[in-house]
Amino acid sequence: MLNLDQYSCLGAALQDALDRWPNETCLIEADREKEKTRLTYSDFKEVALPLARALEDAGVASGDRAAIIMTNQSKWLISAYAVFYAGGVLVPLDYKLTPDEHLQLLAHSKAKVLIVEYHLWRAILQSLGGKTHGVQTVLVTEAPLRAELGGAFRWEEFRRKGDPNFVPRKREDVACIVYSSGTGGRPKGCVLTHGNYLEQCKSLAGRFAFWPGVRYLSILPTNHAIDFMVGFIGPFVCGACVVHLRTLRPEFVRDAFMRYRITYVALVPMILKNLERGLRAKFDELNFAKRFLLNRMIGLNKLLTRKQPNVKLSRKLLGQVHAAFGRELLAVFTGGAFMEPATLQFFYELGIPVANGYGLTEAGTSLTLNDFKPFRADTVGTPLSGVELRILKPDSEGIGEVAARSRTVMSHYLDDPELSARTIVDGWLLTGDLGRFDQHGHLQLFGRKKNMIVTEGGKNIYPEDIETAFEGMAAKEYCIFAANYIWPAKSLGNEKLVLVLRMEQNQEFTESLKEEIAARNRKLPDFKRIGGYVVWQKDFPRTASMKIKRNILAEEMGKTLERSAIVEL
Amino acid sequence: MPTAEYTLEEILNLAAIHFKVPRAKLTPDDDFFKTLKIDSLQALDLLTKLEHHFHVELPDYELQGVSDFRTLANRIQARL
Repeated sequence: MLNLDQYSCLGAALQDALDRWPNETCLIEADREKEKTRLTYSDFKEVALPLARALEDAGVASGDRAAIIMTNQSKWLISAYAVFYAGGVLVPLDYKLTPDEHLQLLAHSKAKVLIVEYHLWRAILQSLGGKTHGVQTVLVTEAPLRAELGGAFRWEEFRRKGDPNFVPRKREDVACIVYSSGTGGRPKGCVLTHGNYLEQCKSLAGRFAFWPGVRYLSILPTNHAIDFMVGFIGPFVCGACVVHLRTLRPEFVRDAFMRYRITYVALVPMILKNLERGLRAKFDELNFAKRFLLNRMIGLNKLLTRKQPNVKLSRKLLGQVHAAFGRELLAVFTGGAFMEPATLQFFYELGIPVANGYGLTEAGTSLTLNDFKPFRADTVGTPLSGVELRILKPDSEGIGEVAARSRTVMSHYLDDPELSARTIVDGWLLTGDLGRFDQHGHLQLFGRKKNMIVTEGGKNIYPEDIETAFEGMAAKEYCIFAANYIWPAKSLGNEKLVLVLRMEQNQEFTESLKEEIAARNRKLPDFKRIGGYVVWQKDFPRTASMKIKRNILAEEMGKTLERSAIVEL
Repeated sequence: MPTAEYTLEEILNLAAIHFKVPRAKLTPDDDFFKTLKIDSLQALDLLTKLEHHFHVELPDYELQGVSDFRTLANRIQARL
């Protein structure tokens, strides 16, 4: 691994990585059964530098912002490096957002450059309907030969000869603006510095090492803090390899483990549960004798690895299970969303350790991570080196809000000094998550203080962001809450959003209104949908400027109604 | 080329078989995540089944923002 202390910015560290391991493979990209791309660090440099030069020639200068909207693929990382090389600031956007949301975040971030996949660009153009988007240079990848590009350039042709000028940045300079929430309410653009990332990379590598030959399977979107770190910066500064898949169909993901002999992967709970379901179904197909033998081997593995994992031993005991994962898998990383301990335990007993962690975009990537000494399914691990955690105002059970201080904590929210000042107080990031430490120094999470949910797919959903979907409904007023914000639950998982309606005087809640709510709900992406509604009998409390006093309304509802008042949709 | 109605009917039949749901319970405008009680990965599985059935390649993004059978049928029909 490179000594990251000697670098002032990501571009410089990546630049050295490309020179340090020229012949090592850094990227593999597969589309179903076909391998599309395989690049060494030297190849990567050869592709990225002419792009950096073209960006510079197009006027990209130090501090200019360049947005990327792409699924996981090699062009994502090549583009990001070119942007860093030219001194730019990266704005990685979630490709699953709607075109309107993309446009809002492009405007909010004031991106000068946009690098986008063709099908996503086509949707953005349709959404624009001839209006301007405000981005100076748009590069579109993989556009069909005769496609109408709406003034954009083809990424594949956007190259200039000649050495680009490497633009160094300082540790305190902005590296990325990462949106931790959407658009309907108040976009939260986390401003993360080069120092934030370099420190995060160092502390994570201290717990899980990467080296040349390691293969990381990149499944979480690269715009997500975890994949950006573990599927780009981390492997690159260690000379390791990143494997991208152009489809996330479960059968091809399973195949990739075997074909590319994956060493590490980061997964959200939904995917891990899908793998668990698949394995359990296979186990159920076994005849009595084989199932008996499997159970004995699982029992033996559990006994022999109770103090710490022994992957080599587990591979011998449970050869067929490990064969399905390519026999090289050392660990699975998970975090960012609630993970059921039973699933973590299931994999650990098979000799596949899942390192559960805790983090938020505002804190870089990760604040805590399990270290398997011993394996714990019930915690999110211990703080990473350089991370200080405090529990604020603990109750009688020791549970309170988790606050973090670390060099990995973001600088501020973009263009929102008021929210920044409320979120980072005296150098401590107030996470809004409730937790406590056990006697072994492990952090356990118990719910949220903030009005938001995290889906099984690892998406942060803020109720304000989806309220516009219900605008114009036949009701006096409405708003959306995380159910756990109204009825605090000392647990995570099964989180849901609930629509609260206040009807006009003498207005009945009708079946047709219910149908309308359901129809509007269906138009939202599946991960943003509300789970139910509640009809509230009083006017909403509001500020002088007519904003809903959400905390007061939630408190009043929590005191007046039971959670069972939610009508499921 | 099959008609749009035929494509839609075939999708409903396949979904019913694959997820073991009575065909009569599925209608074109159903939210398939809810009716079939599936997550987005299982929906991708359905996409694979549809690819094999219609002999067409469907990128994952064809499922993006789609949650009802009718829209899915329209996306597939456009590629037949």
